[in-house]
Amino acid sequence: MAVDLDRCTGCEACVTACRTENNIRIAGPEQSARGRAIAWIRVERYYEGDFPDVRVKFRPVMCQQCDAAPCEPVCPTYASHHTDEGLNAQVYNRCIGTRYCANACPYSVRFFNFGNPVWDRPLELPLNPDVSVREVGVVEKCTFCVQRINAGKEQAKAENRELQDGEIKPACVQSCPASALVFGDLNDAESEVSRLSRSSRGTKLLEDLGTLPKVTYLQRQF
Amino acid sequence: MDLATERKINEDLLRPLRQTSVWFFLLIAGLGIIVLAGVGSWMYQIWNGLAVAGIRWPVFWAFYITNFVFWIGISHAGTLISAILRLVNATWRRPVTRCAEVITVFALMIGAMFPIIHLGRPWLFFWLIPYPSERQIWPNLRSPLAWDFFAISTYLTGSTLFLLLPLIPDFALLRDQMRGWRKRIYAVLALGWQGTTKQWHRLEAAMQIMAIAIVPVAVSVHTIVSFDFSMSSVPMWHSTVFGPYFVAGAIFSGIAALILAMAVLRKALHLEEYLHPVHFQNLGKLLLMMSLLWGYFTFAERLTTWYGNNSAEMAVFWETQTGAYSPLFWTMVFCNFVIPFPLLAIRRLRTITGTVIASSLIVVGMWLERFLIIVPSLATKHLPYAWGAYRPQPVEIMITVATFAAMVLLYALFAKAVPIISIWELKVGGHAQPVLTPEEQEEQRELWKARP
Repeated sequence: MAVDLDRCTGCEACVTACRTENNIRIAGPEQSARGRAIAWIRVERYYEGDFPDVRVKFRPVMCQQCDAAPCEPVCPTYASHHTDEGLNAQVYNRCIGTRYCANACPYSVRFFNFGNPVWDRPLELPLNPDVSVREVGVVEKCTFCVQRINAGKEQAKAENRELQDGEIKPACVQSCPASALVFGDLNDAESEVSRLSRSSRGTKLLEDLGTLPKVTYLQRQF
Repeated sequence: MDLATERKINEDLLRPLRQTSVWFFLLIAGLGIIVLAGVGSWMYQIWNGLAVAGIRWPVFWAFYITNFVFWIGISHAGTLISAILRLVNATWRRPVTRCAEVITVFALMIGAMFPIIHLGRPWLFFWLIPYPSERQIWPNLRSPLAWDFFAISTYLTGSTLFLLLPLIPDFALLRDQMRGWRKRIYAVLALGWQGTTKQWHRLEAAMQIMAIAIVPVAVSVHTIVSFDFSMSSVPMWHSTVFGPYFVAGAIFSGIAALILAMAVLRKALHLEEYLHPVHFQNLGKLLLMMSLLWGYFTFAERLTTWYGNNSAEMAVFWETQTGAYSPLFWTMVFCNFVIPFPLLAIRRLRTITGTVIASSLIVVGMWLERFLIIVPSLATKHLPYAWGAYRPQPVEIMITVATFAAMVLLYALFAKAVPIISIWELKVGGHAQPVLTPEEQEEQRELWKARP
């Protein structure tokens, strides 16, 4: 994935879309204040300078799907592991809730289910049947909408054709009105995401930690 | 040693087993209620999920892991100290070893509970254990939590054996002294001990092996506990000093716990004739050395971080040094170093009262140290957007209090069932040493000389 910070307006449409797509629980104001809110993608806001010369920086942060992910070796039950495609997967049924992965993650993008999820009526109606609802005591995080990736691959296979670049869109990418988020195949040198990742503006978040993240941030020019 | 003295030792040390005052039952009932309240709190937490605890994003570990590290640290009291004192053949150790070894076993049992208590799904804790399962996956052996399982189970097995081996002759004594149902239980525990020369030789050999084996196990256990932290890239966790720092801290808090236990036993069971001020003096000297070592490690860790000036680490550094956690940090420094140092360094102050005051402070200080290693780092990780503050909730506090009650409860029950001072070792110590001729003395001294 590539994120163009010049294009991001901080509208948080991605956050909302992700919540609906992935059946993310609703914590409520009281539990949110106690740090129990879950947001697989969040828009971080950083302010620079003194009033009135304030510059606001937005940075959408989701799981960086690291190639050398700090969360993977620490999990005692292989709940957090690397798939053949290079995704950093979380197997909810295998998770026993040590939360070690959430501590080890330098991006703090792993979330813990402090209680059983509840949706006040009628909020349970739009639950996505393609995504499992996580029970109490397990850790969850952004999957790059793996259900959409799999569906897209199956569709292409059924139609007996190659996947097109840009055909698969995670919910955040689909809903971004400014097209700040771009998703695609990094192994395909011709894809848009590969092109953007090679941009001279491209940086990785906390790159010096050596986690080899797969998300590239294109730094702001203005 | 004459027969009268031996009989006096028997009488003095078996008295707590024979006579029980009403205070004992009151103590057990009081502690039992606190422990039950703790168990109830845990059930409440399992029922409602960890939402009732204070942990939050991003501070996912707090009180429970603090207690885990703290109790595993306390467990280094016993076995390690008693093993070292046995190996160097310090004769003053005799009345001390058993009370130390018991601390180890019970503190380990309590400490090992916490990785289970803190789990999101504690009913699945056995997935940490390697066994052929229908899921066909083993625990991830790259995870320090899997190492923890092996380290703690090895240490618990080893220290239980180390406690039980020297108990065998005392069980035999109890078998011969007690009547009724108690006699039958002790007869089983005595494993057919008859006190033959062969049996003594085997016991001595087994204890020697265990004393040597338990030292590296104990060191590795707390090193592996420290690996839980130092293996991840969290600021101020990822440090090479953590292994020895944790081991030193563990022995430090362990000796403090031992001194407290001995002082209480001395008063409660009237063991003034067995636990002398010299025992507190000697343990106080050990405690002084560990206090200096702890101060050295803390200083070295802080100074390297400060000079390194890594931005993520400096955020945690200032948070503990001058920020929100600074009151706790400086309390810790006072409890672990500033106050105990003069108390233990000045001979006139290194009395029973002095060492007990120092030890109480050190137990508090070492608990704070574990907390200050875990929480500020998690609360102040790399991205400032994801910073957060932790506040303990009643469930966590109740469970923490209950573990201290559980420790005292188990200790009290043990002291009621088994003589808390090793009777046979005291008697052995009382035997006069053979008188050596000057030639033999010279030969013994010769052993210490370097030979070509």
